[in-house]
Amino acid sequence: MKTSKQVLPIVLACIMALPSAYAATETSVKELHQLLKEQQKQLKNLESQIDATASQVESSAKSSSKDSKTTVGGYGELHYNNLNGKGGASDTDKIDFHRFVLFFGHEFSKTVRFWSELEVEHSIAGEGQTGEIELEQAYIEVDINKEHKSRIGMFLIPVGIINETHEPTTFYGVERNPVEKNIVPATWWVGGVSVLGELAPGWSYDIAIHEGLNTTLADSYKPRSGRQKTGNASAKDLAYTGRIKWTGVAGLEVAATYHHQNDITQSTDSTAGAANLIELHSIYSQGPFTIKALYAQWELDGTGPKSIGADEQNGWYIEPSFRINEKFGVFARYNKYDNKAGDSNASEKQQTEVGVNWWIDPGVVIKADIQRQDNDGGSNQNGINLGMGYMF
Amino acid sequence: MNIKKITFPTKIFLFLLFSLVSSISIAEGTYQEPVDFVKESFSPSTPPKSSVLWITNKLKPSIYKIMRHKLNALRIRYWKKDGQTVWVLNEIGKEHPITVGLVIKNKKIQRIKVLIFRESRGAEVRHPFFINQFKQVTITPDNKLEKHIDSISGATLSVTALKKLARLALYFDKVINE
Repeated sequence: MKTSKQVLPIVLACIMALPSAYAATETSVKELHQLLKEQQKQLKNLESQIDATASQVESSAKSSSKDSKTTVGGYGELHYNNLNGKGGASDTDKIDFHRFVLFFGHEFSKTVRFWSELEVEHSIAGEGQTGEIELEQAYIEVDINKEHKSRIGMFLIPVGIINETHEPTTFYGVERNPVEKNIVPATWWVGGVSVLGELAPGWSYDIAIHEGLNTTLADSYKPRSGRQKTGNASAKDLAYTGRIKWTGVAGLEVAATYHHQNDITQSTDSTAGAANLIELHSIYSQGPFTIKALYAQWELDGTGPKSIGADEQNGWYIEPSFRINEKFGVFARYNKYDNKAGDSNASEKQQTEVGVNWWIDPGVVIKADIQRQDNDGGSNQNGINLGMGYMF
Repeated sequence: MNIKKITFPTKIFLFLLFSLVSSISIAEGTYQEPVDFVKESFSPSTPPKSSVLWITNKLKPSIYKIMRHKLNALRIRYWKKDGQTVWVLNEIGKEHPITVGLVIKNKKIQRIKVLIFRESRGAEVRHPFFINQFKQVTITPDNKLEKHIDSISGATLSVTALKKLARLALYFDKVINE
């Protein structure tokens, strides 16, 4: 054990060393403070660098994908029909890639854009083949202001429920409903000019001047046979279409279209004349329930259409549906139409469908339905339809 | 078409078209600048400095489930003050991004507004009759909206985009408050 004499020099030495030790500590704190400052500066620089890098990466990613001015999309549908013909109607047992469609769009500027739809129907086109290649839309859209815009080119007529929106994932049933197909006639596209926009919240309008139909007696003056598809279309008698639509309550759409043309045969048939179409429809969705209803009526002037009862052509359908969940929905549809409703001859057609849609992805649907016809004259096709559709 | 045969309805149509075109103006579809939306959301007090939520690998699976695609961003900027978060998010409806501002408080949407609409169809989604459906809506534990949102016919893709953004903002709010 050390004595106090031995400890004292050590204590004295420590006391004498204290000022220099204190000075050294003070220096260390200053150095540490400086170091911290520099590190903070470095951290800030690093943060800015990371931020700049992230911005650059995001910017590159955007410019290479979603900010591209040219867009591509499409849809398609494969159908299998197994129908038994009765009363003179033929059996149908076929697989058909009914539609293969590609969309191309381009944004020239924030106010001027292009949109097109190119379609291959029934898979093979060419001489002697059943299919067709059709350009169904190709127009330039110009924003006039925030509420109004104009389209110039080839566009879909603003009429009905499926004429403008007919991607297979958006409707029930393998085949499109026969009323809009045979009366409206969907899909109906024309060359011309249109102005469309919003008049007030929930109120929208379309007005268009465009090529008219060119139907004939040989086709029983059916509107569907008169679609000119803007292929060297006769423009002797132009047509006018106007639509007013109200979507002022979520889940509800009510719309009315009026269409007029001076001569539905483009002045090739002196016994025919002007034609007018009125179409009304409503769609109401409340939770999983949706109900759609549509009525369309043509009136054709002239003794020619009147002589075969084609001066009046009309139809309607009603379609309730129930969305069970995100994947499944069921529907029923009753259709009634007549392309010769102007006389008392039995020419009315009725068709009922019941079926299911299975969305295996929001962009892909598998469909199945049972079809039953009850046409005047007893010529019916009854059976099942199966289908696959996609949209991207 | 013989020019002499231009009918009265055609003349009316052309007159209306040229009248509209002559009043042409830049149609950006901007209803409110995002910066103004942020300021307004914290008004009358000053908005806070923005914060950043990094899109880490942990968040990516949930984001993919909500958006059904990868998020084209490394981080998301947001503003937080007094328990309220403000988000400005983008999602494509059919072709172009729709910019939407959202205010979340107590895990519920307090305010939602379409700030910039660039699509050619479906602009009805900005109207109160539709967008007010989102107010006070929250999300379930699996990040789905706890309330059914009625769609607008003809604007389905824009409606889907807004529903996705509502879910995303609520999910982000949940993440930063965890």
